[in-house]
Amino acid sequence: MGGWAIAVHGGAGVDPNLPLQRQEEAKQLLTRVLNLGISALRSNLSAIDVVELVVRELETDPLFNSGRGSALTEKGTVEMEASIMDGPKRRCGAVSGLTTVKNPISLARLVMDKSPHSYLAFNGAEDFARQQGVEVLDNEYFITADNVGMLKLAKEANTILFDYRIPSGYETCGAAVESPMKMNGLPMSVYAPETVGCVVVDREGRCAAATSTGGLMNKMIGRIGDSPLIGAGTYACNLAGVSCTGEGEAIIRGTLAREVSAVMEYKGLGLQEAVDFVIKNRLDEGYAGLIAVSSKGEVAYGFNCNGMFRGCASEDGFMEVGIWE
Amino acid sequence: MGWAIALHGGAGDIPYSLPLERRQPREEALRHCLQIGVKALKSNMAPLDVVELVVRELENIPHFNAGRGSVLTNKGTVEMEASIMDGNTMKCGAVSGLTTVVNAVSLARLVMDNTPHIYLAFDGAEDFARQQGVETLHTSHFITPENIERLNQAKEANRVQIDYTQPIQNDTTKGEPEIPFANGDSQLGTVGCVAVDGNGNLASATSTGGLVNKMVGRIGDTPLIGAGTYANELCAVSATGKGEAVIRGTVARDVAAMMEFKGLSLKEAADCVVHERTPKGTVGLVAVSAAGEVAMPYNTTGMFRACAAEDGYSEVAIWPDTKIE
Repeated sequence: MGGWAIAVHGGAGVDPNLPLQRQEEAKQLLTRVLNLGISALRSNLSAIDVVELVVRELETDPLFNSGRGSALTEKGTVEMEASIMDGPKRRCGAVSGLTTVKNPISLARLVMDKSPHSYLAFNGAEDFARQQGVEVLDNEYFITADNVGMLKLAKEANTILFDYRIPSGYETCGAAVESPMKMNGLPMSVYAPETVGCVVVDREGRCAAATSTGGLMNKMIGRIGDSPLIGAGTYACNLAGVSCTGEGEAIIRGTLAREVSAVMEYKGLGLQEAVDFVIKNRLDEGYAGLIAVSSKGEVAYGFNCNGMFRGCASEDGFMEVGIWE
Repeated sequence: MGWAIALHGGAGDIPYSLPLERRQPREEALRHCLQIGVKALKSNMAPLDVVELVVRELENIPHFNAGRGSVLTNKGTVEMEASIMDGNTMKCGAVSGLTTVVNAVSLARLVMDNTPHIYLAFDGAEDFARQQGVETLHTSHFITPENIERLNQAKEANRVQIDYTQPIQNDTTKGEPEIPFANGDSQLGTVGCVAVDGNGNLASATSTGGLVNKMVGRIGDTPLIGAGTYANELCAVSATGKGEAVIRGTVARDVAAMMEFKGLSLKEAADCVVHERTPKGTVGLVAVSAAGEVAMPYNTTGMFRACAAEDGYSEVAIWPDTKIE
């Protein structure tokens, strides 16, 4: 067996002009949660518990687009979604349309463990949250000033905006810096999705994956993206655990998370080969990234856009946190 | 090469003792919908339009668990969901949590065609329906006495019921032994259609009311691209059965993946997914390939199904050996 391995992400598609301070903050957060996961793995917590633990931490921190700090809907509200999958028996849980649940990933876990279903959404999910006694807060708690500002810009531009983190001072500098790179038809300077995710393989070779997000800035009420969809944003089986981020629509139609283990199984590819293959061949014109671990203790990531906030580590001492290629 | 079409009205423990008065209307309905689909293909209607047309027809028939005739949630309400996918463009659309929309599959199509998103649900989807001016009716329109009765029985039995086409036999001396209920999701009576034209254009669509006595907000496999519905340039697949099994098995995508990555034929891939990769009693599917082949495997007692191909073959059936025509 290869030992444990872990990877985390805070979103794919990063503005090359992202202020250094924001880059540093992001790397610090990724490092912190990575270390949290590593400690947990060293104390033999199972993969499914580790991914939940790490994603909870990412949801609670307002830096990335999940939990507090989620992107806002067209009505200025927050609708959060998440999914989690446990490799050994491919059990899964997912939630969408949450407006008061502090940690969507934990509710997704409860759907998996404590309900007869795999996926609960909107009012039904909120009711379930109350039945289960999870921590709930007013919708305002999740809304940050940064995002209120971004929503305004998005509406002015009248386009769907991926959540982009800019300090409030940046707006007064005028129009977004010109960039030749685009995602979802928008210049990179106004695009930066920051779905969060974590994949883990523990010492027993069990894989797990978890993904959580507030979704697209200025999205229609009721819009569901790839993050809560098993096979698209999240997947885990006996071979691998995968979490994706990027253009939700491209990830869904490419069934991205499922593909990695499918090519491992059906084409006999190794983890990194599979990740590379999927990124190269399954995205067509879409932009996305993913993190993955294998039951053998390997960790890999790939993205076809400009940057992905990520961190990874494995039991052999390897550790890396990065944003760019 | 040539056109082909296949449709289903759900897979599950359809008892051989199904009384004639419950069998016949469903057989008639399958035949009727098949004829509509065949006529459309013969008049060169695009497969994407054909599958939408046929599923609309199935939704309107109260004998199947979709649209009118949808099974009820634990609160006695309907929550309908559907998805559709175009194999050429890989564009897709999905909806969940509909309560007043007469044809869920058509709303899914509009999400695909008229929004930058893939999936809308609950209030947001209902709002979108009104913006788009699709036909809506008071939710009581969708509720049939049969389903009220099913819900009552399920509540008495105090568990989630496999939707099958007769009441629960609580008294085991009355012939058929009580059919064991699955833990977790089960689905019978989902409807779906797949079609291919003479040029190899493929499409798939699936629609359902979900599980009897389901929790409000529960989402099944039907609106999940890659699980209940999938189409690409190789094949189109619509799955039915126990929602959780279809989701964790990414059934619809796996058929296409096995064709692509292992070079299997449609029939081999479909058989493999249904008979070797999912537990017995959980799954059925209909599929067509770009070459005009048809496959309709299932590992449950029966599956309401029908198919036809340009070479003149046609079939309407419920169980393995008793073809009706």
